[in-house]
Amino acid sequence: MSSNDPQGYKKTLNSPYTGFKGWIDSRLPLVRMMEAEYLKFPVPKSLNYFWSFGGIAMFCLIGLILTGIFLGFHYKPSADEAFDSVERIMRDVNFGWLIRYLHANLVSFFFIATFIHIFRALYFGSYKAPRELVFLFGLTMFVLMMGTAFLGYTLPWGQMSYWGATVITNLFSAIPFVGDAILKLLLGDFNVGDSTINRFYVLHWLLAFAIVGLVVFHVITLHMTGSNNPTGSEPQSWDETVSFHPYVTIKDLNATIFFFIILAFVLFYYPNILGHSDNYIRANPMVTPAHIVPEWYFLPFYAILRAIPDKLGGVLAMFGSIAALGLLPWLDTSKVRSCLFRPVWRICVLLFAINFLVLMYMGGKPAEGIYVLISRIGTAYWFLFIFVLAPLVGFLETPRQPLSITNYLQSKKA
Amino acid sequence: MSDHKTPRRDFIKLATMTLGGVGAASLAIPFITSMNPGKDTLALASTEIDLSPLKEGQSLTVIWRGKPVFIKHRTPQEITEAKNTDLNDLIDIEDDADRVQNDKWLVVLGVCTHLGCVPLGQKTSDVKGEYGGWFCPCHGSHYDTSGRIRKGPAPKNLPVPPYVFLNESRIKIG
Repeated sequence: MSSNDPQGYKKTLNSPYTGFKGWIDSRLPLVRMMEAEYLKFPVPKSLNYFWSFGGIAMFCLIGLILTGIFLGFHYKPSADEAFDSVERIMRDVNFGWLIRYLHANLVSFFFIATFIHIFRALYFGSYKAPRELVFLFGLTMFVLMMGTAFLGYTLPWGQMSYWGATVITNLFSAIPFVGDAILKLLLGDFNVGDSTINRFYVLHWLLAFAIVGLVVFHVITLHMTGSNNPTGSEPQSWDETVSFHPYVTIKDLNATIFFFIILAFVLFYYPNILGHSDNYIRANPMVTPAHIVPEWYFLPFYAILRAIPDKLGGVLAMFGSIAALGLLPWLDTSKVRSCLFRPVWRICVLLFAINFLVLMYMGGKPAEGIYVLISRIGTAYWFLFIFVLAPLVGFLETPRQPLSITNYLQSKKA
Repeated sequence: MSDHKTPRRDFIKLATMTLGGVGAASLAIPFITSMNPGKDTLALASTEIDLSPLKEGQSLTVIWRGKPVFIKHRTPQEITEAKNTDLNDLIDIEDDADRVQNDKWLVVLGVCTHLGCVPLGQKTSDVKGEYGGWFCPCHGSHYDTSGRIRKGPAPKNLPVPPYVFLNESRIKIG
């Protein structure tokens, strides 16, 4: 810091680069930021492939935006034209089928990557201090993702689009006193109609880019603390880290390619396996399909909604289930992060993951008999896990002494 | 800074922020209101229906404000069932007499009060639920012959839309 620059502002002008790169960098420090955050950025060298799913999710998001732009060139957001314009994309637009199937299946794979990514955070304690904000930005993105996916699913204007939109928007009518007024305000009509699809299309785009904005915050907060790793122990020296490039870039690229090969298999051989055939029937406001099922990634939350026999209670439990996860960094009282060293909590987290899959199955079944009972047990465990087990297990359990990154890698070799 | 000046500055700051806040809120009103149903949507708000072709036991579904309205020509048996229900058995307590203008004709909105699906029971072949009225396939709500909720997650009876009898066999909804 020179004496005529008492506050150190001008040091940002001293770019390490020369020539055109230096000229840009001394005015817009993007080059040096990218180098610091994406080339030299130190990452614990004990990361396993669970750590690739954040990057995979990001590639899915990019793919969704790109395919979305090209679909938007042909799609018409009106109750009269939407269904036909989607059929036109499928039949007449050059490679329209490919772009639409990609968009539809990428969403599913985006959710798969995100579910694994969130499981990673729970299992290895990535949500714990000092990474609480990383976790909260992540959960916010997850909520926006579900919103965007819901809005997007309405757009093809098939029977499932229409009735899914009807059921989900009617959740707002559960709000006491103002519910019906809010519903009318959201729909712009007395039911899901022309005004609704138009605004859903706009909001589908808006939320997609809001997610991109949140990715930036997610990454900034992550790069303040650095990545967690399987041991949950912070790197003690440079020896315990590797640089982001080429180590992480290559590894994540490898994982992404493998992941996208699976996507390609589904895309080219079973493009409709994750969708619902009723959505190829044009929306009919007079006839409700016999069995309304949301998209598979909403099923666990749908099961929670239906598990509560009260309308408002069900809605609160469904939204509350995700909001409650946001309290986990403060409710988990353990000083140890990783489940590798927490024998009791490890079982709780694995049960939570299994419970999630059970709820997913229950959400796809009719709301009757044994399915309702199991959904209720599953819902109870969800909240028990967050509000009771997290504080209690952290308090009662005797964790093992976490290994350092170096010792962990040695023990794995042995 | 002298002591007597600070409260004055605080007051000016507060007043400016308040005025700015009120301004922003006022500016938001037209934008939020623009999201409500427009005048053209509201203009489609009444429908006239001829009831004469409907025989006893038959039902008709008409569209009003884009939503289905169920019109049921009730049989004497269905009327007695609706009349003789013990009010204490109801979830949303309402006497049948308060829900019809003419015992023979039941007019209700065909939208389940749970999450907005269209209940089954209009066609003779449909499942009518345990109370002989309507059954919502989405989440299993049962309605009786007066369109009242009897079992399932729906909190309220099928609402009765505003309607008038123009003559013996003609009604106007809305």
